[in-house]
Parts: sequence; structure tokens; C-alpha cells
Amino acid sequence: MSTGSNDTPALLDIRDVSKAFGTVQVLRSVSLRVAKGEVVTVIGPSGSGKTTLLRCVNFLESYDSGSIRIDGKEVGFRETGTRQRRSERDLAAMRAETGMVFQSFNLFPHLTAAGNIMLGLTKVRGKSSAEARTIAEHWLGRVGLAHKANSLPAELSGGQQQRVGIARAVAMGPKILLLDEITSALDPELVGEVLEVVRSLAEDGMTMVMVTHEMAFARDASSRIVFMADGGVSAAGPPGEILAADTDNERLRTFLARFRASHF
Amino acid sequence: MLTQIAYALPFLAQGFALTLWVSLLVVVFSLIAGVIMGVGLVYGPVPLQWAVRIFSDTIRGIPILVLIFFVYYGLPAVGLHLPSFWAAVLALTLFKTAQVVEYLRGAVGSIPKGQSEAAKAIGLTFRQRLAYVIFPQAFRRFLPPWINGVTDAVKGSALVSLLGITDLMQAINQVIGRTYEAMPLYILGALIYFAVNYALSLASRRLERRFSFIRD
Repeated sequence: MSTGSNDTPALLDIRDVSKAFGTVQVLRSVSLRVAKGEVVTVIGPSGSGKTTLLRCVNFLESYDSGSIRIDGKEVGFRETGTRQRRSERDLAAMRAETGMVFQSFNLFPHLTAAGNIMLGLTKVRGKSSAEARTIAEHWLGRVGLAHKANSLPAELSGGQQQRVGIARAVAMGPKILLLDEITSALDPELVGEVLEVVRSLAEDGMTMVMVTHEMAFARDASSRIVFMADGGVSAAGPPGEILAADTDNERLRTFLARFRASHF
Repeated sequence: MLTQIAYALPFLAQGFALTLWVSLLVVVFSLIAGVIMGVGLVYGPVPLQWAVRIFSDTIRGIPILVLIFFVYYGLPAVGLHLPSFWAAVLALTLFKTAQVVEYLRGAVGSIPKGQSEAAKAIGLTFRQRLAYVIFPQAFRRFLPPWINGVTDAVKGSALVSLLGITDLMQAINQVIGRTYEAMPLYILGALIYFAVNYALSLASRRLERRFSFIRD
């Protein structure tokens, strides 16, 4: 009884993924399919497992059961069905196919903005440092920081650091970009510049999965919103449907009401 | 007094060379062994972590003099006969290695977890993460205690004289044995040790300043 959408090849295919931290079940049989070019936003109360799910996609976290495939390839485990972890080399190669941007930026403080972007290009992609420099400058230009190529992270504002973080991730040419609450650590006046970059990447057709609390942005930029609660997908659908105030999903309604209350 | 010093210097020079040689061997061997074991302690599987932890805690709990005697007089009982020079180098290296393990653990442990994750996320392998992301940042924190440890190694190497090795300390004692003038020789010896270690601390301060661009 497969539906039509199950037959179209998904770029990211998360199936029945469960994970527990000790006795706490953080993911309960989560399934999510993301097609190429889609922008999927994951929302939900804290502790609902959204960040953990995102971190499972590039295997920063392992999971107990289920499968996660990108372009048909199992991410963290060998294809033998034994749930044997991939080798360090294989894992690194798989991770290079996904880009990740972190809440706390995590730029390498000893490298310049350009150096942060060049590291993966030279060491993982095997580019010469001249080629890598050209690519780094191109992406720094895309995020509006061409003039900051030689600045160290400590010399940049939070918003600038996060834009370098995005440039570092997309410069690797990932198949999919994972954005983990990338504006949560920013001063409110710096959020806009970062979201603007994300919007322009979405317009270019970059496939993205993002966890965010920026509801207005989620509504405008996503093709689909997934609402997670208690480690499971509680609702999923187009933004208009999910963010409607009169949804019949009780938990979602409570979440949105609380959210609206705290953001006026 | 100057004549005594002039008489002593050629003897001391040979002893001094040996002191430097022992120190250099100990510093190099302990750096290599300590960094490898330290990485095992921080990133290795649990049994390895335990093994390194036990090694480090045990060695650091033993006075260095006991360790030297243990290696030289104790190990022959299990069939390991080392010449006094290598017994001394081994004992001092074990001692220093345990310290380097702790310096490394402290330095690497001070790097936020997000750095490893960001490095993983761009597809760097474990070795690449260490080489290009973790070690360059940990270096600045590793350096001050390590240089301190190097000066300790130079000073501690004086203990090898107790195995009859003619290092600087032993050379001083031998000259005193001939001249019966202890004070000038000990002062001279102290000055030589001080000069070496002061030079090392100066170098350390310069290096630290050079790597201070990383702000916390």
C-alpha cells in the first residue's frame, strides 16, 4: 500500500529511527522523507528530539534502530544489515556530503574566515589551496563577507561568524544542508542577516532541513513544516496548514499558542 | 676561586653535555609517548583509558628517585638488565610521560566539543581533526606546563648521578672530591642549571605570546 510520494526517490530518507539516551527515549520511530530542493523546517518544544534527529542525519549521534539514507546510502552503518558502524574513513566521507551549521557557530578560532572554509576543501576535497581560496572567496562574497576573508572569528560579530559558518558548510558542495537553531545564539538585530543568507540558498534550490524557533521565517521559507513532540513526528505538512491557529492537533495548538504568547 | 673554576670547567663541560643529552632524550621520548597515551586517554576505548589512567596515576604517585632505583636495581630481577645510562633515561622518561599525559588531557579537554563536531561535519577524519583543528588550539594550553616540565626534566636529570653516571652533578662532585672546595663548585653548578632553565622559560614566554591570537 505504498502511496505515490513513497515511490519518488527521496534525497533524505529517515525511517523508523529510534534513540534513547539511557532511560530517556528521545526519538520514537521517526520517519521523514525530504526530496531534492525541499526546505523542511522542524519545530517543536525543547526536548522534543528535533536537534537529536538533525544530528543523527550526519551521524554526530548514533541511533538505536531504523535507518537514515541520503541518496539511497545508509549514513552511519554498513549496508550489511548488521548495524555495524562504518569505518572512520567512510563516516568522514559520508559526512562530507552533508553540511551542518551549528547554533554556537563552532568556527575554528585559529583559522581566518577563508581558512575555515578552505580546510575541508583542501583536506577532504583535495583541492589546491589556490582553488580552495577562490571557492572560499566566492562563498564569502555570497554571504556578504568578501571583505572579511582574512579576519579571525574573534574579530567578527555573531551574525558574521554564523554567515561564515554557512559558507563553510555550503562550500563543500553538500547534497543537503542541516541548520541547527542557527539564529538562537544571535542578538535579535543580527538574526535577519543570517536568515537572508538561508533564504537565498533556498532560492538556489539547496535542500535543507532546519530546526528553528523563527516561526515567521519557517512560514515564509519552508516547503514543509514538521512538528515534533516527545520524540515523534506529531504533525507534518505545508506551513499554512501546520501554523494555522485552528489545527485539531492539540499539542501543536498548545505549542503555537505558547509560542505566540511569548512572542507577543 | 677563579683558578678552581678554570680547573673544573673541562670536567664540568663533559658532565653538562651528558645532562643535556639525558634531558633531551627524556623530553623527546616522553613527548612522543605522552601524546600518544594522552590521545588514548581522551579518545580511546574504555579499557585503553583505564590502562593509561592506571599507568599515569601509579607513576605520578612514586617518587622519581624510587623509580630510578626500581628500574636500575629492580628490573634485573625480572631479567631486564639495563646499562645505568639507559636505566636512568627510562625511569625519567616514564616519570615525564605520565606528566605529559596529564598536560595533553588538560589541553585537549579545554577545547569545546563543538570544535570536534564542526570538524566531523565537514568530513575530516579523526587524525585530520586532531592535526588541523584540535592540536593547533590545544597547543597554547599545552605549552606552558610542558615547558615547565622540561625544566623539571633538566633539574631531575641530576638524580642520574646516583647511578654513577657522570652528568653535570656527578662531575661537580668529582671535582669537589679532588679539591675539597665545595662552595664555589656548587654555586657554579647552580648557575649552569639556572642558565639553562631560565633560557627555557624565556623561550616559553615568547612562544606563548606568539600563539596568544586564539582568544578564549
